[in-house]
Amino acid sequence: MKLPIEILLVDDEKEFAETLAERLTARGHRVRVAFDGPQALEALKQRPFDAVILDLFMPGMDGLATMREMKARQPLVEVILLTGHGSVDTAVAGLKNGAFDYVLKPAKFEELLEKLQAARQRKAEQEERIRQAEARSLTRRTGDI
Amino acid sequence: MRPSNGPRPIGGRWRRRPHLSNDSKSRLAAIGRRMLPFQAAGEEPGRYGVLRRNMTLLMILLTVVPLSLMAFINHREHRKALRAQTEAPMREILVRTRHSGEIFLAERRSAISFITSASTYEQLADQAELNRIFQVMKQEFGGFIDVGLIDASGVQVSYAGPFELVGKDYRDQEWFQEVLVRGTYVSDVFLGYRRYPHFVIAVRHLEPDGRSWIVRATVDTELFSGLIGSHGNVPGGDTFVVNRQGVLQTSSRHYGAVLERVPLDLKDAGLEPLITETVDRSGRPAFLGMAAFETVPFVLLYVEPRGTAWEPWYTLNNELFLVFIASIVVVFLVAYRLASSSVSRIEKSEENQRRALHEMEHGNKLASIGRLAAGVAHEINNPLAIIDQKAGLMMDLTENIPGFHLGPRFGELASSILNAVDRCRTITHRLLGFARRMDVEIRDIDVNDVLQEVLGFLEREALHRGVQIQLELDAELPAIASDRGQLQQVFLNILNNALEAMPEGGKVVIRSWRPDEEHVSVSIEDNGSGMSQETMKHLFEPFFTTKAPGYGTGLGLSITYGIIKKLGGEIQVDSELGKGTTFFVTLPMRASPEMGA
Repeated sequence: MKLPIEILLVDDEKEFAETLAERLTARGHRVRVAFDGPQALEALKQRPFDAVILDLFMPGMDGLATMREMKARQPLVEVILLTGHGSVDTAVAGLKNGAFDYVLKPAKFEELLEKLQAARQRKAEQEERIRQAEARSLTRRTGDI
Repeated sequence: MRPSNGPRPIGGRWRRRPHLSNDSKSRLAAIGRRMLPFQAAGEEPGRYGVLRRNMTLLMILLTVVPLSLMAFINHREHRKALRAQTEAPMREILVRTRHSGEIFLAERRSAISFITSASTYEQLADQAELNRIFQVMKQEFGGFIDVGLIDASGVQVSYAGPFELVGKDYRDQEWFQEVLVRGTYVSDVFLGYRRYPHFVIAVRHLEPDGRSWIVRATVDTELFSGLIGSHGNVPGGDTFVVNRQGVLQTSSRHYGAVLERVPLDLKDAGLEPLITETVDRSGRPAFLGMAAFETVPFVLLYVEPRGTAWEPWYTLNNELFLVFIASIVVVFLVAYRLASSSVSRIEKSEENQRRALHEMEHGNKLASIGRLAAGVAHEINNPLAIIDQKAGLMMDLTENIPGFHLGPRFGELASSILNAVDRCRTITHRLLGFARRMDVEIRDIDVNDVLQEVLGFLEREALHRGVQIQLELDAELPAIASDRGQLQQVFLNILNNALEAMPEGGKVVIRSWRPDEEHVSVSIEDNGSGMSQETMKHLFEPFFTTKAPGYGTGLGLSITYGIIKKLGGEIQVDSELGKGTTFFVTLPMRASPEMGA
């Protein structure tokens, strides 16, 4: 059994978000749904997530702004951009700002799953590296003593 | 002059598979014309013809009218001068001749007068004495035929001459009355009793004691004729004297003998010589000079044919006329050529304008279709995503319900929905790709290189299909500043289409050349299925495809078109159903991305 991924799904299209959440949940992942940027940031405060699926094109606070905010708060969270805008340029801008990857809407479910796995993987590795680095610095310090 | 029927049609139908040479540019133009069939059809054919005719006429009018006017004035002035030149000597001849005639008559009259006054009546009445006087007269003056003395009652008293006239009574004759009144009398020429032309001079003498007598002499006209005729000896000239009734008093060369009537109008004749134009006896143009005598009611006439004096004038006139006609002809030709060339220039520029307008419209149409497509694609994407997820969920659910007998069927249905969504996805993604603003990255690139690269992508497929690819690349092709990625897509799209249109064992010829200093051209020719005129018309519109539903989006060539336009180039197609298709791409040496919409 694969480890469940903690996912935050942000999309203003309720039907889409809820259905996708249900499918991901059915596959054993833990999904939290948010319908706009502020909601997503709120959710992020409450608990940590492995990956965020973020629609770039939302009313009010748009995807890129939301992502910048998220990255400021949780630098390690991996963001997969959902771009229904079809604009690769926006996606590229997102990638340059630290997004993990992007998926063109309507996204293929399997593709999305793969990318989620990869995102989780990277986050895990990153955390592992941090842990090791911390451990090393700890040993060095204790060694000094 | 009728304008000919417009410019010649453009060299018939453009043939496929032409020689690649310098004329490729005109070939492209010809294809352009063929590709836009609506142009020539809608234009009323007479418009340029009318313009050409009007311009020609105006030019001819502007040149011929002043030319004719000048020629006419010149002709008139020249003629006037020449006439003055002709008239002067004629006048002189008239005056001189008349003077001689006057002197001749005056001499004869003086002689008679002298005899009448110097001799006594008795002397004159003496036949022998009269004979002696007559002999002296004939000797001294000549021309006298006879002389006689007539008494106051009008009876011939004595006579010297060839006839027997003594005792003849002249009392009732007109001349006798006149000589009684006026003292002298000169008759017109007449035949009289003697039956040959002569005229009479009569002088009356009045003695202080009241007695009076008349001496009457007859003068032969021959001498007078000779005297008058000896003047004006221009070849063909004719000098003679008529009386007021137009009866000849002296013989003339061309107007008959003495006493014949001359059909000339004499009523304007005065003392001052008058020159008019007339025709002579044989119908040739001539000058007629006339001057009236002072002392006798005669008119001196002088006819001189115009021909001799005016020969040089006619020659010059003819030459000038020839020059005039030649200039008119030249003017006509030049006017027509000028009008033709400027009208065809106008025609050409209007056609260019029309074509540019059409291309712009076409570009605008494509751009707005693109925007519409992008909008639609974007709007459809969201519901499509929902359908996608719902169907996916359905599938998930059916899989997870054990023992549900409709499970496999539902799974199938959901799977079909997902497949359909997949197809929609492909379309919307391409649509958005078509519409999105592409960043043009201008670099110096070698078009031949780009072609080779693209061929690298397709080599396997070509090999697989047994299609032969032939390259005729211009090795001297200069590098151009353009976008490599975009050009790759352009050539890839065209080559893909070519390969798809080709049966097993077809052939693709790729050429590159330089049509001029500013451009580089590439043609991709296949011998595949070709396409109809109708297909060609819609070729570059988005969603236009001839492929079976589900096998093409109809966006490839519209994207290609968009890219070429963005790079400031031109794309044209020539195709014939069943024979194949050739795409011509012309790129500027320096792409100007701002040109693209």
